[in-house]
Amino acid sequence: MASTSTRRIQKELGDLMNSPPEGIQVTPDEDNFQIWKIIITGPPNTPYHKGKFQLSADFSKDYPFKPPVLIFKTKMYHPNIDSDGNLCIGLLKTENWKPATKMSGVLQAIYNLIETPNPDDPLVSSIAEQYTTDRKGFDKRAAEYTSKYAH
Amino acid sequence: MSSDGENDDFLYEDDYDDAFDQDDEIDSTSEPDVYDALSPAIEEAPQKKPYDVSWKVKTLQEIIDMQNKEITKIQSVLEVPASSAAILLRHYVWNSEKLQEQFWNDPATALGEAGLSPPSSPTTRTAPLPPSPTKRSTRSSKAGPSSFLKRTKSQPPTSGPFECPICCMEFDQQAVERNTYSMGCGHRFCKDCWTEYLAGKVKGEGESAKIQCMESGCGRIVREEVIDEMVTQDISKRYHNLLNAAFVADSPTLRWCPHPNCEYIIQCNQAPTRMLNQLVPTVECKCGNDLCFGCGYAASHRPVLCKIVRMWEKKCADDSETANWLQANTKECTKCQSTIEKNGGCNHMTCKKCKWEFCWVCMGPWSEHGTSWYQCNRFDEKSGIDARDTQAKSRASLERYLHYFNRWANHEHSAKLDAEFYQKTEKKMEQMQNSGNLSWIEVQFAKQAVDAVIRARITLKWSYCMAFYLKRNNMTELFEDNQRDLERAVENLGYLLEQNISDTESISKLRQDITNQAAYVQKRHDILMDDTLRGYLERRWEFSVEI
Repeated sequence: MASTSTRRIQKELGDLMNSPPEGIQVTPDEDNFQIWKIIITGPPNTPYHKGKFQLSADFSKDYPFKPPVLIFKTKMYHPNIDSDGNLCIGLLKTENWKPATKMSGVLQAIYNLIETPNPDDPLVSSIAEQYTTDRKGFDKRAAEYTSKYAH
Repeated sequence: MSSDGENDDFLYEDDYDDAFDQDDEIDSTSEPDVYDALSPAIEEAPQKKPYDVSWKVKTLQEIIDMQNKEITKIQSVLEVPASSAAILLRHYVWNSEKLQEQFWNDPATALGEAGLSPPSSPTTRTAPLPPSPTKRSTRSSKAGPSSFLKRTKSQPPTSGPFECPICCMEFDQQAVERNTYSMGCGHRFCKDCWTEYLAGKVKGEGESAKIQCMESGCGRIVREEVIDEMVTQDISKRYHNLLNAAFVADSPTLRWCPHPNCEYIIQCNQAPTRMLNQLVPTVECKCGNDLCFGCGYAASHRPVLCKIVRMWEKKCADDSETANWLQANTKECTKCQSTIEKNGGCNHMTCKKCKWEFCWVCMGPWSEHGTSWYQCNRFDEKSGIDARDTQAKSRASLERYLHYFNRWANHEHSAKLDAEFYQKTEKKMEQMQNSGNLSWIEVQFAKQAVDAVIRARITLKWSYCMAFYLKRNNMTELFEDNQRDLERAVENLGYLLEQNISDTESISKLRQDITNQAAYVQKRHDILMDDTLRGYLERRWEFSVEI
């Protein structure tokens, strides 16, 4: 049965592959298109510049009524991304999730979060504190992580 | 049209009175007189004490009516549909004054914030119209590479076939009207997706008043009638239950009765949170059980303040899972070491095996109790002061805690044996009717005495929690004097109630004794309660913790 979830994921995947947004590349898992591999290229003018950051997106059978689960596979020094790759982003929380929200919107929001961290709602408070008080040190550390892990 | 004077729903008259002030009529001094416990005077409306609160018990239907009354009022005042009035009121937490003020000040903002924005409203991030290049470029300037943000899904339903943005199913023009739906915001989706979404929100997430449009960024609230139409009856029922639950939870003057299977709601406007440092708003539900309106505790915890009850319960949960606590239910006979489980209310224990009589609380011989100086309710603080090293000090503090805890737990345990005590007493009453030529009415004294014992035990239980947190001073000594007097009276009455009935003569004597002692217990109970509760208002009590 071509369920809502399958139809919707295929549709979105097609759109994203036909006209890939800048800095974002999406490929489905070979065996299971409900798991996507996403690579985001670090935005310019950030310590993540040119880094290749890999994410996985896992869609449940309840998608799009329940949000997908996104996890960073590449280590990142960022106030809103923890060492396990979990990320804190409002629109992916169950209570805030809207079925009409597209993956393109989600990925855009993540791209924006990489570009502009949100230290007021941190996942790793130590990094958030450094981000606000010692920006230079933060940039240096984040760039180190980028060159070490994100290529 | 004025809204004043319509508020009587939120101002309640006092219909009920507390169980604790029914005794001004009892004419008994410290030595109990001959007193007929059956006096109907006890049921007459007593005077209201300054520490008592008034309350009303409401049914679910009355709660629904309360909401509807407010909704109707707002509907006519603001000239909006009933469902809009409901959404507005829920957004403003049923504060109709604030709602009206904001609404007349700036209707568009008030509607928008409540989730009733008109279709043209800028609160919708994703427009329902086909993507316009200008819109896309505005976003790009801020969001960087967002050329992929296409919005080809949300076509207006009139221009050719419509594709549901959620499930990507296509609907031709005829089917659009029948199978799709859009709210005032203009975001159109197929009905199957609506049903799936709404059912998930209500059933899966327990949402009710805050279910929004499915479009991302759209804050439009889904109206009641839409939900009722889209979901099954079961889910619709659950949805309305959730709405009512939210109404009660949001109102500071309402509280669900916490007792299992009870569906009543208590309404009380005399116990706001700020008063809980000097009031213990015990109320009685129509289900027959007491509860605390302040904290929702499912029994009376008078005379102790809600905050101290919470501290005590937390402390007991943290500290008391110890062997000491487990031992509270069984003890060894101090003479023959037989393990004894207490199964009745009285603290005067007689070992079945060796006939040794002792006190369950202090384990001392009973001969030193009752008639002579009763030392069982106090903890000798001085022995703690003598402790020299820190180890001894910490042991003393633990001992001090366990002293109060054991007495608290002992009364708790005794009160739990209520049911059995009642049964025993009923049997005894039957016995008396059979052997003593007493009428049914005449044996009711026993039941009333049991009631008095149980009530007093609950108060005594909490009095030990109170004493644990009280600073040592003269006031505390007076408190403990009252506590000791009540405790002694209760134990004496408990002992009388456990007596075996032998012959007719002893029955009338026993009846007299029990009646007198019950009146005395009641009196002592009221003195302790009255003095303690007044003490809060007079700020007499000093606690070792911040309240």
